[in-house]
Amino acid sequence: MKKGTLRQILLLTDGCSNTGEDPIAIASLAKEEGISVNVIGIVDRQEMSERGVSEIESIAEAGGGISQVVYAKQLSQTVQMVTKKAMTQTIYGVVNKEVSQILGEEKELEDLEPEKRGQLMEVVDELGETMDLDVLILVDTSASMRNKLPMVQEALIDLSVSLRARTGSNHFALFSFPGKRKDVDKLINWSPNFDSISGAFKKMATSGVTPTGPALQEGIRIMAKRMKKKGTMDDELALEEEA
Amino acid sequence: MMSSLSKKKLDIKLHPGQVIIGKWHRKSYQIVRELGFGATGTVYLADSKQGLVALKIASDSMSITSEVNVLRHFSKVQGPSLGPSFYDVDDYVANQGVYPFYVMEYINGEPFLPFLKDKGGEWLGIMVVQLLGDLHRLHQEGWIFGDLKPENLLVTRNPNRVRWLDVGGMTRVGRAIKEYTEFFDRGYWGYGGRKAEPSYDLFSVAMLMINRAYPSRFEKNTSKGPTSLISKIKAKNTLEPYETVIRRGLEGKYESAMAMRQELMSVVQNTSFTSRPKSEGNTITGKGKSVSRQARKKRNNVKEQKKPLVGLFESMLFASFLLILYILYLFGQAV
Repeated sequence: MKKGTLRQILLLTDGCSNTGEDPIAIASLAKEEGISVNVIGIVDRQEMSERGVSEIESIAEAGGGISQVVYAKQLSQTVQMVTKKAMTQTIYGVVNKEVSQILGEEKELEDLEPEKRGQLMEVVDELGETMDLDVLILVDTSASMRNKLPMVQEALIDLSVSLRARTGSNHFALFSFPGKRKDVDKLINWSPNFDSISGAFKKMATSGVTPTGPALQEGIRIMAKRMKKKGTMDDELALEEEA
Repeated sequence: MMSSLSKKKLDIKLHPGQVIIGKWHRKSYQIVRELGFGATGTVYLADSKQGLVALKIASDSMSITSEVNVLRHFSKVQGPSLGPSFYDVDDYVANQGVYPFYVMEYINGEPFLPFLKDKGGEWLGIMVVQLLGDLHRLHQEGWIFGDLKPENLLVTRNPNRVRWLDVGGMTRVGRAIKEYTEFFDRGYWGYGGRKAEPSYDLFSVAMLMINRAYPSRFEKNTSKGPTSLISKIKAKNTLEPYETVIRRGLEGKYESAMAMRQELMSVVQNTSFTSRPKSEGNTITGKGKSVSRQARKKRNNVKEQKKPLVGLFESMLFASFLLILYILYLFGQAV
């Protein structure tokens, strides 16, 4: 049976958006499209502003994903962990929905006795290992991010090492925002690994504006285009059957 | 990590004396004290009908449930237990919400590195030999430990035996490693991928041995460029007898934990550890050239001390050769 594809947008930023649409609203749209949005906030020595942290959390919450604020040093471990956790969370969400359909409204996995929960968790683990995964990565390249980009590059290579160990297939695409002329620039098109990443960040122009909302919007558009191309709009259905 | 993964539910804090009763199985546990906490929950020492037990409680049922699955699996396995025995899984209903927890065997012992700190170099070898024996059995069951590090190991007393505590990283062979710590992860050091296979654990074992000589660990990149693990091994006197085993563990040269165990055993059997200065393992890294030169000098001394032993070996070999000749001669006579 076809197991379907999990779709994620991974947003890496170090501050607040300051132009264009509200990223929280756009993240809600992503969720409606079946794409989860994960956000990682990268801080330097000085901590991130409260407004920045709250925006990051709100985007992830609206997008059905996970958020985390970390120092650049911890980026590698965080990126792979957030990606994997978000996958499990998405699958868990679908399984949970199934459970409430069977057991009636307001019943969740937590209302099952622990023994049954264990059996369901095995299914969740199994799907997390075998489902295909598409991750669209949006990297904030505004001026303040310049010295963090080497760490971002390393973390993304590390992510590809982690995901390559899975049984299911993985595809990545890398975009930066703000772009040279548009809101978003494509750095790497859909590809199964990140071996080609070194040097990708060299051609970036770093400017002061942070159009997070428009970047997310473009990200959703790119993912939707890919979904149509693959003709697997009924993936979620397949996943539910499997569960 | 600076902020929590999601702000859904607050972590729960249990107090000594507090009694927890499970929602499903109605068993009661009285909290004695906190034993430790990690990314997936907090572990408490608790008193129960079965005596002292370890109780792990979390806000998120996903990780608790997967860990229970692993523990359950190993409580069915024959032979001495691989990891803590599993007793119970349940939910605790508190005012703030429902918190899943599970109960397992309480393993009383000393943390791995503190145990080794004041002991001779042979103890590192012995403990790792024990660990490799357990790992071999685990691998034969089709599982990989994953997040192998000193924090997940304890040494029990009378007799001294290494035991592992945390099964959160255990992964079925062939899948992607569930959980790891960078210093012990071969992916981080560029020595291979994160697929669960025996050599993944053996890399971590090698790093565990390196960690004994570098208690505060070190990072992949310094201002001077990428760190070479091999030069780190060579820089420490305490690691010298184990150099080959560690290197082969790092490079994935061992077919199985058993093969690594065998080689390590012969190192422990054939090395004189008492001639080595003991305090070496406690020096902090990165002091500069003078330290390493000193270390090199010390190592040369050690090599010189070793020579009489080599001489003895040679004369033994010669003697046995003569003996064989003599036996052959006797046979010749008899015919």
